Amino acid sequence: MARDSIKQIFIVTISLSVVCSLVISSSAVRLRSNQQANRIAELRRNILIAAGVFEKGIDVEAAFSNFEARMVDLETGEFTDLEDPATYNQRSAAKDPDQSIAIPRKRDYGDIRRREKLSLVYLAKGEDGSIEQVIMPFYGKGLFSTLYGFLSLDAHDFKTVRGLTYYEHGETPGLGGEVDLPRWKAIWIGKSLYNEEGEVALHLIKTPKMAAASDPALAYQVDALSGATLTSNGVTNMMRYWFGPDGFKPFLDNLKALKGESPDE
Amino acid sequence: MSDEDKPSKVLLGPIFNNNPIALQVLGICSALAVTSKLETSLVLSVCVIFVCAFSNLGVSLIRTQIPSVIRICVQISIIATLTILVDEILKAYMFTLSKQLSVFVGLIITNCIIMGRAEGYAMRKGPLLSFLDGLGNGFGYTIILMGVGFLRELTGSGKLFGVEVLQLKAEGGWYSPNGLMLLPPSAFFIIGFMIWALRTWKKDQVDAS
Repeated sequence: MARDSIKQIFIVTISLSVVCSLVISSSAVRLRSNQQANRIAELRRNILIAAGVFEKGIDVEAAFSNFEARMVDLETGEFTDLEDPATYNQRSAAKDPDQSIAIPRKRDYGDIRRREKLSLVYLAKGEDGSIEQVIMPFYGKGLFSTLYGFLSLDAHDFKTVRGLTYYEHGETPGLGGEVDLPRWKAIWIGKSLYNEEGEVALHLIKTPKMAAASDPALAYQVDALSGATLTSNGVTNMMRYWFGPDGFKPFLDNLKALKGESPDE
Repeated sequence: MSDEDKPSKVLLGPIFNNNPIALQVLGICSALAVTSKLETSLVLSVCVIFVCAFSNLGVSLIRTQIPSVIRICVQISIIATLTILVDEILKAYMFTLSKQLSVFVGLIITNCIIMGRAEGYAMRKGPLLSFLDGLGNGFGYTIILMGVGFLRELTGSGKLFGVEVLQLKAEGGWYSPNGLMLLPPSAFFIIGFMIWALRTWKKDQVDAS
């Protein structure tokens, strides 16, 4: 039968491939700018959430004008211009052997394995142009997935949490997935990331001390997620890594020094 | 024209009489995954209606040209193209929803209903009937998904389309949500009950055993 001839098979395969690829590539090209804009708006929305200024219906573009994106060298903790914040792809940099370093197993609390050398940070500025908050991205393993989030620290004492958000994760809905629950994220606000010795002390705990609000330990405790021990451990561990000496600590110390205060170590 | 080729039958038959999920028990995987909320159920349903109708149309249009040895590959290519198209459109215009649906839009490619209709129907019938058949099966899928989504969102989080209907205990109301309903297995039970109800109503769907 002519329909099953080799020639026919080639004709159908080739013409179908051409038609399909034309449809897909033209749609991809036509929709790219829209998708790009969505992705940027989504990122900015999450930064605003972490900074605690996001409300439903807010003009993300306008609110974000008070935020400045900068590149930081995590090793030295200094600002750098090696990469343009607008085009830097942190996700792929973390995987690129040239742009990342392997984390020694012993200190890899968040099971991150490799981390990028440069990181984006966002500085939230007040009306007078002074830095109000520092918003830093972080990530690490939970139970099933890598969780990605932003943490905002107060830029006056560099240890008070102003907000936290997780914007991407694949944890169990209703259990570990509650990391994106606004009510849980609200617990973080006002907690202290570092203790007096400058170590990351903030952690998730199953039975937070119900003692008087004056109990100093309370400042370092966040209620863990029920039914999600491994996700909760993951959150504690990624805090310990990303805001410890291998993560943003040198950067935060530098910022503090720039502000004219000496680091408390 | 035989009775089963009547356009209205082709379009409406799959909704109750020959429902792809309830009678043919196809496409269960995505029905479990996305139905914890009505909004995601609806969007995925619309995507499936679109892909199913147009893949049937496409396959039917070239059915006399397709060599039978590579027919499955041809069908999959057409389905995959349409699925990627839908995914791109969602990413451009409904970004938050596309994030919630994540991989499940891409998995429309492997939805057995679409493949089944392309191979079982569109390879034999004309373009118009095939298109209607795709629409009908999409609607059949939709009706089950919306039913499951309705029950799961209502009992699992006390909401419908994200609007609070039952006041949650946690927010000071009276309803304490059933966490099981948010997990995929609950959709299994609900679909099971739906099949039971449908077969009690339409006795001819009961398998002979």
